[in-house]
Amino acid sequence: MAIEFKLNGEPRSVDAAPDKPLLWVIREDLGLTGTKFGCGIAQCGACTVHLDGSPIRACSFPLAAAAGRDITTIEGLEGPAAEAVVAAWREIDVVQCGYCQSGQIMSATALLGQNPAPTDADIDGAMSGNLCRCGTYVRIRKAIHDASDKLEGKA
Amino acid sequence: MKKLGQLRPELPSRRQFIKTAALASGGFLIGCGSEPASTPVAEASAPEPTVAPPVPIEAEFNAFVKVGSDNVVTVVVKHLDKGQGITTGLATIVAEELDADFAQMQTEFAPADAKVYVNTAFGVQGTGGSTSIANSWMQLRQAGAAARAMLVEAAAAAWSVPAAEITVAKGMLSHAASGQSGSFGEFADAAGKLTPPANPSLKDPADFTLIGTRVQRLDTPGKTSGETVFTLDIQRDGMLEAVVAHPPRFGGKVGSFDATAAKAVPGVVDVVEIPRGIAVLADSYWSALKGRQALTIEWDDSGAEMRGSAELTETYRAALAEPGEIARGDGDATAAVEGGDDVLSLEFEFPFLAHATMEPMDCVVELSNDQCEIWTGSQLQTVDQMVAAGITGLTPDKVIIHTHYAGGSFGRRAVPDSDYIAEAVMIAKAIGGRAPVKLHWSREDDMTAGRYRPLSVHRLEGTVADGKIDAWRHRMAISSFLKGSAFEAMIQNGVDGSAVEGARGLPYAIPNLAVEQHLMEVGVTGLWWRSVGHTHNGYVTEVFFDQLAHKAGVDPYELRRDLLKDKPRHLAVLELAAEKAGWGTPLEAGRARGIAVHESFASFVAEVAEVTVKDDGSFSVDRVVCAVDCGVAINPDVVAAQMEGGIAYGLSAFLREAVTLEEGVVQQRNFDSYRPLRINEMPAVEVHIVPSGEAPTGVGEPGLPPIAPAVANALFAATGKLVTTLPVADQLKTA
Repeated sequence: MAIEFKLNGEPRSVDAAPDKPLLWVIREDLGLTGTKFGCGIAQCGACTVHLDGSPIRACSFPLAAAAGRDITTIEGLEGPAAEAVVAAWREIDVVQCGYCQSGQIMSATALLGQNPAPTDADIDGAMSGNLCRCGTYVRIRKAIHDASDKLEGKA
Repeated sequence: MKKLGQLRPELPSRRQFIKTAALASGGFLIGCGSEPASTPVAEASAPEPTVAPPVPIEAEFNAFVKVGSDNVVTVVVKHLDKGQGITTGLATIVAEELDADFAQMQTEFAPADAKVYVNTAFGVQGTGGSTSIANSWMQLRQAGAAARAMLVEAAAAAWSVPAAEITVAKGMLSHAASGQSGSFGEFADAAGKLTPPANPSLKDPADFTLIGTRVQRLDTPGKTSGETVFTLDIQRDGMLEAVVAHPPRFGGKVGSFDATAAKAVPGVVDVVEIPRGIAVLADSYWSALKGRQALTIEWDDSGAEMRGSAELTETYRAALAEPGEIARGDGDATAAVEGGDDVLSLEFEFPFLAHATMEPMDCVVELSNDQCEIWTGSQLQTVDQMVAAGITGLTPDKVIIHTHYAGGSFGRRAVPDSDYIAEAVMIAKAIGGRAPVKLHWSREDDMTAGRYRPLSVHRLEGTVADGKIDAWRHRMAISSFLKGSAFEAMIQNGVDGSAVEGARGLPYAIPNLAVEQHLMEVGVTGLWWRSVGHTHNGYVTEVFFDQLAHKAGVDPYELRRDLLKDKPRHLAVLELAAEKAGWGTPLEAGRARGIAVHESFASFVAEVAEVTVKDDGSFSVDRVVCAVDCGVAINPDVVAAQMEGGIAYGLSAFLREAVTLEEGVVQQRNFDSYRPLRINEMPAVEVHIVPSGEAPTGVGEPGLPPIAPAVANALFAATGKLVTTLPVADQLKTA
């Protein structure tokens, strides 16, 4: 039976196994590959998307639970927090291999959406679910502070 | 509200436009980015324009430089970019000699061609050993300078003026006397038809305008919009997703299997046996995983490695009682440490380590009777080509490799037997090439598949006299992953250079110095892991050095200065790091500093770590000051990023990382049991670059070796406890 939800603002209907993780529905059934696979057990954050604006790990979120909800991926990210985050990421060249960065940007955007002026401890709390093996953490922290400054009108 | 795509700078969207335009205009073949033949779903669904815009013409100046009529300069990159930023670095070198505007630069990955795109450090096309910049430095300077000379010649002919009077700056050619000027694009077609000069004149480094400055990474826009196409993102018509059930032990084989239940899983298309296990093919990764769970397999462990890590460690330790193969022998260290009555002796143990790249190993293969096409983050194109040729029976030139940006490697994708690429080709062959195949390792597959940084045990013995080190003997027991491989020549006189590097090159003035190695036999597969032998040797040498300094009653930093008097580049980074870190200045209670210096891959790095230890023995690494000498720093910001990354990777291993085996079976399966560093554990990092006119050397690996010993030395300074078994985990906890 088809399951209906919104993806990046557009209504979508997917006929797939209800226990199929949302990650694979997004990547395979709906063809958006910006959301990445890293672990499959919600330990690395590479698959982070927004569910009604809050970050979730799509690899461990069954399709059935998405029914009627609003899903946002990196491809559909918009709004002041998202723009500030992506601009900051680009300004200081956060990325290395880049594979985890969609997830990092989704988590950072959700953080700034809820808390426009996070402390270092707030950043640790919101971002420690997102692994980066290249070790871009120093720059992720700086980019979030820079984005926050922009949102707060300090930059 | 703007969609983020609109924030993208012009170039990537231009690339997209070219692809669409090329399709619309009937397949006019042009260079179009680093993933020419792939069809990611997101792109395939993009609407085609109803009116085809003009297609830019691209002129090839040489194997590395193309210039389009639209002013885009494309640098053909023969190395894999797995995050180290080599695409940006190599484009900078070309842009410098070409006098291009960096905004007009883009890159594409080279095809597999060992003649044209060989890495002269290896003799094959490949990336590793932090060689990319060093290997391409003169080659790309010459390629850029030659292209510039050709553009100048074409402009001179068109304007009927002497070539010597033409100046070039920021992608514009100008002739002041006649007031004429033009862009590269205007002359690209004519210039590309000229004979390239044999010895183009290169710039005086004093005139560099891009090299040594920060230009922004070319790969940032795609990697912050989700548009960069990694191997896992590739979609081909009719493609099947494949997963493989591997033997649970190294050296194990399939005994018998029953695929009846697996084949009944919805979406599963086929189950085939290959030499590396049982492959399940399905219409989706999720279905393939479910199919694999339904397999019944009896494994044959008769030839398997059955030992566990504890047993291996004891076997290795026992070997250290006997002399090993001599990797270095100065003076008579053996007489000094075996006859001495005040010898400091320490043993160090290192576990197997996984690379654990964020993108697990993956590969797409399309096989036909006369061609094998491969899409992957290929790090050893020539080897991958040969291996695929061997499996398919095709000649290597019929193996086409499309190299993609890789989601990390740290050495993992440079495999002498191309393990996962071979596996994908075997699957394609097993199904007779009837569909494209995407092999996708789960995290568990990736974690348990071996190719680890080898386990090793080291014994260090030394003596001090008159405030200096008199004798130093380093014996190690380690396996060789080069034995029996295409890289076996790196083993000479029984000594594996990749295992002793960083130990036999000890820079300190020590009159009696011996480095010995026992090569152990083990069934667990090993591989180079970011900085290779330096991962363990950097640790043992710099931690042991501090202990000898304490024994000699000298500050470890001052003893290093003393014994590095004749090593100016070591000394310069050491002193710079110490100065910037405030070495010797007081710290608050519970806080301490440690220092380490290490040369690897011809670059020199010193790091000072500051730690805070709490009453319960838990600790944090708060600040790391790093000084690096890598010759000319092409892009100081990328150099800094690589130091930050090396520090994170090395600290991660020091804190918690270990792959352990019990009865031959790997105990860690995912990021819940193999737990890399997270953002809350990352110290502040300051990077200082020593100004240098020396030829550039690598930065991908050299930032790593000093961090763990610097932290260990700081922890010793704070607690008096020495960490000789890695990872440290909870060893220092008192409560």
